[in-house]
Amino acid sequence: MQHTAAALEITESRALASRSWARAVGDLRAGWLQRGLWGHLGWQDIKQGYRRSVIGPFWITISLGIQALGMGILYAALFGQELHDFLPYLAVGLIIWQFMAGCVNEGAEVFIRNEGLIKHLPAPLSVHVFRLVWRQLLFFGHNVLVWLALILFFPRPLGWGILLALPALGVIVLNGAWVVIVIGVIATRYRDVPPVAASIVTLMFFMTPIVWDYEQLKNKAGSVGERARLAELNPFLHFVEILRRPMIGESFEPRHWVVTLAITVVGWAAALLVLRNYRARVSYWV
Amino acid sequence: MVSIDVRGACVNFPIFDAKTRSLKKALLGTMGRAGGKIGIDAKVPVIEALRNITLSLRHGDRVGLIGHNGAGKSTLLRLLSGIYEPTTGISRIVGKVAPVFDLGVGMDPEISGYENIIIRGLFLGMTRKQMETRTEEIAEFSELGDYLSMPLRTYSTGMRVRLALGVVTSIDPEILLLDEGIGAVDAAFLEKARDRLTALVERSGILVFASHSDEFLIELCTSALWLDHGEIREEGDLLQVLSRYKGKDRVTGVLP
Repeated sequence: MQHTAAALEITESRALASRSWARAVGDLRAGWLQRGLWGHLGWQDIKQGYRRSVIGPFWITISLGIQALGMGILYAALFGQELHDFLPYLAVGLIIWQFMAGCVNEGAEVFIRNEGLIKHLPAPLSVHVFRLVWRQLLFFGHNVLVWLALILFFPRPLGWGILLALPALGVIVLNGAWVVIVIGVIATRYRDVPPVAASIVTLMFFMTPIVWDYEQLKNKAGSVGERARLAELNPFLHFVEILRRPMIGESFEPRHWVVTLAITVVGWAAALLVLRNYRARVSYWV
Repeated sequence: MVSIDVRGACVNFPIFDAKTRSLKKALLGTMGRAGGKIGIDAKVPVIEALRNITLSLRHGDRVGLIGHNGAGKSTLLRLLSGIYEPTTGISRIVGKVAPVFDLGVGMDPEISGYENIIIRGLFLGMTRKQMETRTEEIAEFSELGDYLSMPLRTYSTGMRVRLALGVVTSIDPEILLLDEGIGAVDAAFLEKARDRLTALVERSGILVFASHSDEFLIELCTSALWLDHGEIREEGDLLQVLSRYKGKDRVTGVLP
């Protein structure tokens, strides 16, 4: 009877004032307890996009595979790199990027798109957030098959380091959730945010070492190496690195973890603050 | 155990895209019969949809909401469901709320009737298992038969309403909030729906029902709340409030 428990949770917390930490946390907890609902809806979203197609959601896998292959062959030639090294590097980068970009871009519209549901059904806001992050995680799951295929095709020693991929994915998912909350609430109030977010994400794609190999450029002498080092200021780089390194068998690099974990803490503090102050306003703003 | 307590609650909607001075002035002082008051003192114009609402409902209460279009009936229902938290004042709702405002919301045209039954139920706070045990009964009531395995987009409007009504009336709510708009069904089916609706109301702890249909109100409610320009004008026995509402309506109707 987890739903009754969820309902009680909501109703208990309704007794408190609208703006309180308890209600912000209560929203997240109540949303988590409704995972039957958002779990189902997230799957539905995926299936929806590929209804009546023969291959179905595996088009996600195929289109990423084609993108990685096409870009891989081109850029490997441009940068003079070996395909069997560059292709997995690029593919994994793209897979991680798609997750992060999806969280930012769709996060900006998470409440706006769900206006009907928000205005008609009393559900915790976090239900919509979890649904989105879960959907992105499902996309990720489909895309990861490309990585699997590449690892089989271009075998490389992965070792025990691969186990780090799981906590890394966990950190990325946690960050996806706070980003969706923060940007979702702000964008609901200020409708210029979604297009701004979309253009920043496009820009960041080129600023983040996904199609270019940052380690390689960094070791170059002169101004190129200097500039490549500037990329370290880009937070996206660290998120890509914590997951990409174990997935392509590169060594553990503590500084990426320090940065991402620090961002996780700060980001969630911001998300809780936003939820505390503006959670009750979202249904007025949509 | 179920209860609704609202004290001094106001619901003000900010209107972000109507901020020109001239518009504000134009709105000032012209208070029509429909709609809430439009406040102008804030930077962003606000619509005061509900003002100073105080009410207290307990188990067994069957309240009919009456008032003109835009008097705040639907907004009050949303306040009572917890969708809107009051801008000022307090609302305290204890119990599992089932809001039935729009039969179509949470329905997906691309998936089958069966799947829609489950999803709609989940939205109304039921579990998947609970809904699975009810699909049989809903199928029988809605008379949709084999159509339930077809995608919802192949349904006619009437068939959709049947399905939605079937789902909505199959749940066990503690607080049932009904907004009107239960139409588009043939007469014979409506009779059948009424029985289920009555049974649903009997199962629920508290009912708040917004409607313009006296007949429906009398059938389901015992007391009434008359909303006027976002304020409670009168509350009490259904027939008394209803007759005074009608009386006032007639007077203002004749004298424009």
